[in-house]
Amino acid sequence: MYKILLCLRYLRTRYIALICIVSVTLGVATMIVVNSVMAGFTHEMQAHMRGATGDIVFRARSLDGVPDAEEHIAKIRDLLGSSVAGISPLVEVPALMYFETSGGTQTRQIMLVGIDKASYSGVSNFGEYLQHPANRQQLSFELRDGGYDVYDHQVEDPTELKPRIQMQGAGWAYRRSVALAKQRRQIYEANLLKQNKVESPSRTLDPFAAQAAANEEVGERDFNAFTEQHTGIVLGLGICSYRNLDGSETFQALPGSDVRVSFPTATLPAQISNGFYTITDFYESKMGELDASYAFVPLRQLQASRGMIDPTTGVGNFTSIRIKLKPTFDASVARDLLRNEFPSGMYAISTWKDQQHPILQAVQVETLVLNVLLFMIVAVAGFGILAIFYMIVVEKTRDIGILKSLGASSHGVMGIFLGYGLSLGVVGSGVGLALGLQFQKNINAIAHFLSRMTGQDFFDPSVYFLPEIPTRVDPITVTWICLGAILIAVLASVMPALRAARLDPVRALRYE
Amino acid sequence: MSEQHQTVPTTAWSDAPVEYMATRGLFKSYQKGDIGIPVLQGIDMSVYQGEFLSIVGQSGCGKSTLLHLLGTLDQPDAGEVHFEGNRIDNLPNASRDLLRNRHFGMIFQFYHLLPELTTLENVLTPALISESTLSYWAHRRQYRKRAEQLLEMVGIGGRAKHKPRELSGGEMQRAAIARALLLQPKVLFADEPTGNLDRSTGEQIMQMLRELNAEQKLTIVMVTHDAWIAEQADRIVRLAEGRLEVTNPERKPGLIA
Repeated sequence: MYKILLCLRYLRTRYIALICIVSVTLGVATMIVVNSVMAGFTHEMQAHMRGATGDIVFRARSLDGVPDAEEHIAKIRDLLGSSVAGISPLVEVPALMYFETSGGTQTRQIMLVGIDKASYSGVSNFGEYLQHPANRQQLSFELRDGGYDVYDHQVEDPTELKPRIQMQGAGWAYRRSVALAKQRRQIYEANLLKQNKVESPSRTLDPFAAQAAANEEVGERDFNAFTEQHTGIVLGLGICSYRNLDGSETFQALPGSDVRVSFPTATLPAQISNGFYTITDFYESKMGELDASYAFVPLRQLQASRGMIDPTTGVGNFTSIRIKLKPTFDASVARDLLRNEFPSGMYAISTWKDQQHPILQAVQVETLVLNVLLFMIVAVAGFGILAIFYMIVVEKTRDIGILKSLGASSHGVMGIFLGYGLSLGVVGSGVGLALGLQFQKNINAIAHFLSRMTGQDFFDPSVYFLPEIPTRVDPITVTWICLGAILIAVLASVMPALRAARLDPVRALRYE
Repeated sequence: MSEQHQTVPTTAWSDAPVEYMATRGLFKSYQKGDIGIPVLQGIDMSVYQGEFLSIVGQSGCGKSTLLHLLGTLDQPDAGEVHFEGNRIDNLPNASRDLLRNRHFGMIFQFYHLLPELTTLENVLTPALISESTLSYWAHRRQYRKRAEQLLEMVGIGGRAKHKPRELSGGEMQRAAIARALLLQPKVLFADEPTGNLDRSTGEQIMQMLRELNAEQKLTIVMVTHDAWIAEQADRIVRLAEGRLEVTNPERKPGLIA
């Protein structure tokens, strides 16, 4: 009992000891913040990666694909049985995309993906990443009348971000206005030609002339841009948009715009297939790499354009199959099962983790190194505790003698100082815990405040592709951090406590 | 059995003195570097139940060391210490701790109160040490009441909430006496209890010790260098150069103030 009483009394009266636990507090708080931010990043990244790719990617090594997805899917389902939650065939091909801007035609390199509308949402979060609420419910490659998101629906508090004002007009209305402008220009140029009776130079001046010519090439002379659309394409949001310095985004094309896509056919030798597509929606997975390169079109259409459909049987080639597993099933087990069955010369089979291994590994190593460094800080705090405790034991020599003369055992006296160390550890890590959790909770406000104070952007959304700093508190990690700090405080008090226990009461009583 | 236990001391007190504590050939020396300085060189003495014994001697003659040996704070190099007929100097640490806690009370020249605790808490310290947290909690009212009574008895009932540094020397010694009495010890050891006090305060303390001895039949062993203070006791033994000089071998009748 006297141990508890004295611990508490010493805790209240020795301010110097309280100062040395400040370092424990800071160490614990920093560790909690760092771990929660790292965990937040990892979690966010994993969720997006997994959402974008599915659990297992079953890829044909040949870019031209292999025939008959149905047969492969049946075989995979056979192998994996009931653990398959979703499965969908794809055709992926690198492509060039051209689109009109006010400054002329721009070209982008993209990864064109043909998806099966019905099954693709079963393997990835594709639907969630679209910008039209109706498309999120049920994907359609038909252009919508309007109603595309102006506020980012994937952010908890969308008002914190700049609205995408351009998206207000997207849809058929935009398409018609573009078509009208184009028609007027054509009329105007025709008039100009008539008046001046000169050879047309407009072929180079008018960006839409190229499109018109292309239309002629593919035999779409009577295409009516006011009422008709080309095959729908869902573009990655980053392909034709960019972020301005003030955080707002500028779109160079909108749902309703036409783009032209060129890609190699699957024939030998390869031809270039040219086709027009109408943007029907944007895709934003928040993974910069994916958003800046992926474009989605209907599978069957892409197979046809690339000449992947066998004219006699109607069976199309595919280049990859995405598989989503039931949550309890380990992806690497499924991968190994598939690898055993399908010849690795023809198929590359990997899990989503394999694909993102380098990034995940890097984040893991970074977290580990940070933890080691920060724990060193707490360990240094431990030495501070040791020194100060030693001092306190020397200062309290006579009191220790008194306690012993009153019948306190050596263990009891040791207990006072161990208990003192324990209570310092508990208080230090408790305050650190509270501080760390508060910091973590308000980290975005703090970052915002610091950016304003220093004029330096601490968290640039355009760099991280995340609107704010993600955090995720893992109770187990937090528990370990606190326990570790408490343990260090106790360990640091062992030596002083032993010294106190070994004090000879007679000498201690005489100590001045 | 309890009947017998109660009757033995009273009869002993009334007539023939009962040897309560005894030392047999106590030797103790302190090591200063390579040289051992002998402090006690064969002490044979007895403490009788209910008596007030003074040990006098010059500073450094080893009287405090003798008291520490009697109180099991220290262990002799040779010889034995007996208490109620049992040898106590060679007991394991835990037993000696218990002895100091339950059966012996100690007061010191410099009072030795714990500066972090209030007077009341200081008085309660022996109970805090002897009881586990739970059982102390269960009995806390009783202990508190007893401590308050003791403070009242030693005349500083109004100082319970004060810290030692707010008390005068006499008040601190009174608090130390109250602390020593909390668990109703069988023997009270006093190491120069008035050594740091002025004459009149010292007299008050001595008066209190005499009363305790007379009214509660508390056995008191006091060490002092002050002859006048030593005179207050029933019996005086003189310690010089590590040996006892028995100056006053006959037992005085109980000195009642």
